[in-house]
Amino acid sequence: MTPSVADGPPSDAARRAVEAVWRIESARIVGALARYTGDFALAEDVAQEAVAEALVAWSRDGAPANPVGWLLATARRRAIDSFRRRSALDERYAALAGQLAEGEATSGAAAPAGRPDDLPWDPDRVDDDILALMFVACHPVLSPEARVALTLRSVGGLTSEEIARAFLVPVPTIQARITRAKKTIAAAGVPFELPPAEQRRERLGGVLSVLYGIFTEGSAATAGADLLRPDLAYEAIRLARTLAALLPDEPEVYGLLALCELTAARFPARTGPDGEPVLLEDQDRRRWDRSAIRRGLAALGRASTLGRGLGPYGLQAAIAACHASAPSVGETDWERVVLLYEALGRVAPSPIVELNRAVAVAMATGPQPALSIVDELVATDRLSGSYLLPSVRGELLTRLGRTAEARAELELAARLCGNARERSVLLRKAAALP
Amino acid sequence: MAKYMLIMRGTDESNAKMAEASFDEMLETMGQFNEELIRAGVLVAAEGLDDPSQGVVVDYSGETPVVTDGPYGETKELFGGFYLIDVASKEEAVEWAKRMPAVSGSKCEIRRVPTIDEFPQDNEWIIKERAWRERTGQL
Repeated sequence: MTPSVADGPPSDAARRAVEAVWRIESARIVGALARYTGDFALAEDVAQEAVAEALVAWSRDGAPANPVGWLLATARRRAIDSFRRRSALDERYAALAGQLAEGEATSGAAAPAGRPDDLPWDPDRVDDDILALMFVACHPVLSPEARVALTLRSVGGLTSEEIARAFLVPVPTIQARITRAKKTIAAAGVPFELPPAEQRRERLGGVLSVLYGIFTEGSAATAGADLLRPDLAYEAIRLARTLAALLPDEPEVYGLLALCELTAARFPARTGPDGEPVLLEDQDRRRWDRSAIRRGLAALGRASTLGRGLGPYGLQAAIAACHASAPSVGETDWERVVLLYEALGRVAPSPIVELNRAVAVAMATGPQPALSIVDELVATDRLSGSYLLPSVRGELLTRLGRTAEARAELELAARLCGNARERSVLLRKAAALP
Repeated sequence: MAKYMLIMRGTDESNAKMAEASFDEMLETMGQFNEELIRAGVLVAAEGLDDPSQGVVVDYSGETPVVTDGPYGETKELFGGFYLIDVASKEEAVEWAKRMPAVSGSKCEIRRVPTIDEFPQDNEWIIKERAWRERTGQL
């Protein structure tokens, strides 16, 4: 069962089969292993070892009848090996060995015949295990990049290769990030459990911001040639749906889900035939994904009816809903958008919110009051270094006929912009000025 | 991501077993499977069909369509319902199908569902269909 060169490289079919099972089951497998061993890092390690072994064994022998049982049994045996190596023949080892003996010791990796109802985990614990996994992967001791990588791999079931491809970084970078993250978690003694009640809300906010970070990287790529990476955005939506099912009474989870669905609904219209960005005002709204809009509005409705008022994600979703429901830019309820940005500025003040409020004010009232908001941002030196500020300022100055200043701002924005597609749009705008 | 349809095909044998099985039990096992799809965030739609004996078949072999009551001819496998799921690969669709609490004797066919974007966008009927999808919020 040990991978060896003699087995040859994993076949494509085996790799796809392993990836498919892993996407569906990783959270449950890593969650269950982490609870059995009480050691998240070990659980993740042995789960990855099992995946690596599966690639070799399934290439050679074909996929087993019960792939999940196979992975779990293999990972458990690796965990026991690891405990043995550590000479840690303590209670945890005894518990593991006992569970192994119950059904799997005689038949090697083959677990009991597979039906969802007799999978080797306790259905009452699965939800808590997956939630605990999300909380650990998004733990505040980790760097934001590490949280994203760990969440996508252990909860989302993506391989390091898939994550590396999604973020346009080399595979070893992702692997190193995950290894470091696991060490950090172990060193900080982070327990594998749900956060205590008094930390729950704050830690949930941390999880939501990781999911939103993944989504925004997919919906407004900060690097690379493509504006959108829909598959990455979809991973965030998938994780948000899972979280919403696990925490059906948390309005902000539904707020985030609504925001992602409503934003993703615009993807089909956001890029032109050559991958160039298409601005909201120029988008062919017939291309918006109506079923995504419907799902987004439903999630927003749920967030609203749960009471406690809308939080930052819910408010952003409500703004996205204004756009989704409007037949054109001109017919958008900009007054409501301004009010929603004001509310957002109160619960989650940020210069980006101010900048967006300025754009909405420009639409609702006109460019002059909007420019005052933007100039205030410039004066207080917030958002310096972001291409968005000069980009919006350039637009407003264009509308006010202050061409020379507008050109300078748009060119500055182009210099600051990291996305090749958006940069060329900014340069075109500057060049088009009279 | 791509949409796949899991097409449930029952046989006389599996349909008879379904009829014998406890309705509550069936609801329970199907419900658990549906819940898994929902929690994984992949379920788009699902419907099941009424008893095939209640169906009607329209046959276009002749010059005019011939209508007969009852199940579809001699076919051993009868379409009984479907799941529509949004997943990363055909392999993932297959993995979900393997998890389905299906009755022995029945089968599931897995087919990709092309999106409207894959059709010529300047065709007037595709434009009309888009407009209908827009008005009604269809998939």
